[in-house]
Order: sequence, then structure tokens, then C-alpha cells
Amino acid sequence: MAMTATVGQARADPHHIGVVVEHPGPAPKRIVTAYGFWVFLLSDIVMFSCFFAAYAVLAGQTADGPKGSEIFEQRNVAIETVCLLLSSFTCGMASIAADVRNRFWFYLGMTVTCVLGLIFLAIEFKEFADLVSRGYGPSRSAFLTAFFSLVGCHGLHVSAGVLWLLTMMAQVFAKGFRADVLRRMMCFALFWHALDIIWVGVFSVVYLLGGGA
Amino acid sequence: MSDQAHAHVEHDIAPGDEEQHSVGERITGYVVGLGLALLLTATSFFIAGTNLVWQPSIPIALIVLAIAQMGVHLVFFLHITTGPDNTNNVLALAFGLLVVFLVVGGTVWIMAHLNQNMPPMDQFIRMHS
Repeated sequence: MAMTATVGQARADPHHIGVVVEHPGPAPKRIVTAYGFWVFLLSDIVMFSCFFAAYAVLAGQTADGPKGSEIFEQRNVAIETVCLLLSSFTCGMASIAADVRNRFWFYLGMTVTCVLGLIFLAIEFKEFADLVSRGYGPSRSAFLTAFFSLVGCHGLHVSAGVLWLLTMMAQVFAKGFRADVLRRMMCFALFWHALDIIWVGVFSVVYLLGGGA
Repeated sequence: MSDQAHAHVEHDIAPGDEEQHSVGERITGYVVGLGLALLLTATSFFIAGTNLVWQPSIPIALIVLAIAQMGVHLVFFLHITTGPDNTNNVLALAFGLLVVFLVVGGTVWIMAHLNQNMPPMDQFIRMHS
């Protein structure tokens, strides 16, 4: 509604409804930054949808290699899912702490988020290493190519997120809760929550649907 | 149109930001979101591995549960709501979803038909030799 200030005085009440809406000028930087980052996240989700589409098409093309149900371990996936879900929660706690400028809870929330993210990455890395060592690497079949690119792409995003998380902790340590640091923190929280949304798609479509087939 | 209703609203709110709430209310929101998400996740994993439900319904159930959980994440963690100050965020989300459904739905639809209409390779070679 009030993203731009192009509406002049003459058009303040275009439909003569009797209520003059005062347009308060350009939106604050916090809103503009977060909105721009939201649009980036949506385009990132569109990119993931291409990987999902490729996986859906290629899930049956195993080239006499292993099927999904033969290589997926539901227990590991459940642990990964819980880790990511809890980390999303602690990330939310950290952003509340940042908003009320409480350093202790901010560092605690971010540290727990970081540890949970690293556990997730470790489990995923072990799964990949296991598959490759058994000869089921990405070049084995079209199904495995699609699997490694989709899940690997999500894993790369989580790795980038962990690096960003450590950067945010360092910036709060060095610069305190400045307005620009808080804006970055908000973008980081959006990014981390969006990764969790994509993981919901991954465990449902790849591991649960693919594991049952 | 809806301008009348929220003439007092100064600005939109940023995606991820909440309307003015106390810390306690905000934490409660996250706890509720976490609870719902855990519940939906547990249901997904349970349904995928059980024999108690009619088997052909499982893929649909998993997809419905996944979409529900994404909704929970959007509302409770990303704070994308239907409030008038959230219109820009929701519209961007709607456009993103449109592209996602076109890409995934279109790909699956077209590739399934291609698979169906393509004769097996040996037949194909005989036809053209």
C-alpha cells in the first residue's frame, strides 16, 4: 500500500470516499530491505522448484541401480528434520532477543541454531559419503543425479546459512545491535526459515514419497 | 477499497516482522508454530511407514501434510499473514507460488505424456530401419 510516495496530494482521495489517506512517504529502510530479500527468497524457491521437477521426472530412471527405498534411511531423515525444525525455532528466539537487544539470549539462540545446523550438515554429509563409497554416486543413474543435486543444493544453502550465522554473531559482537546489523539479522532469519520450508518439501517428496515407492 | 479500513496504518510491515507484540506473545507464537510443525512432521513420517491406512491415499496425504506444514512455517515463523499491512508480501508470495506450480505441474504433466506416447526403444528402432 505505502511502498512508494508517488501518490500526490491531488490523488489522495481518488474515489471521493471521504477518507483522505495520508501517504507517509517512502517506507523505512527496514521494510524495503526485507521486502527485497523476500523477493530473492521467492526466486530461490522457484529455482528449487526446477530441481524438484527434475527429481519428480527422473525418480523412476534408476538404470538398474538402487531405488530410493533401498538407499534412504528414514531414521536419519527424521533426526535431520527435527534438527532443522528446532533450529528454526531457536533462530526465531535469537531474532526476538536481537529486537529487545539482549546479548545473552541472542548469542545462546544463535549458538544453538549453529550447532543444530552443523548436526544436520554432518548427517547429510555422512549419508552422501556412504552412498558414494557404495558406488551409488551422482553418476550412477539419472535418479541419483537428481537426488544429489536437489538435496545437495539444499545442503549448500544450509552451509551458506551457517557461515552467515557466524558472521551475524561476529557483527553483533563487534558493532552491537546497530540498525544495519538488525536489518541483516532479519534477512538471515528469513533465509533460515525459508530453508526449513524447502526441507519440508525435500523430506516429503524425496525421502517419504520416494522411499515408499 | 480497503483503504478506509486501515487509514490509520502508517506502513506495510516487512516480511518476517510482526505487528507490535510483547516478547511473551512473540515467543508463544513460535512455540505454537513449533508444536504444529512437529505434529505435522510426525504425522508425515508415521503415515509413510504404516499399513493402517489405504495405501494409494498415502502420496496425497503426504503432499497435503507438506503443504499444511509449509503454511504453518509461513504464518508462525515468517509472519506472512492476511493483514492489510502484509499485502505486498502476500502478493509476491502468490506470484512465486504461481511460477512454482507452473514449473512443477507443467513438467510432471508433459513428461508423463511424453513417456506414455514414446514406444519402447526396440520398437522405435524397428520402425525406423
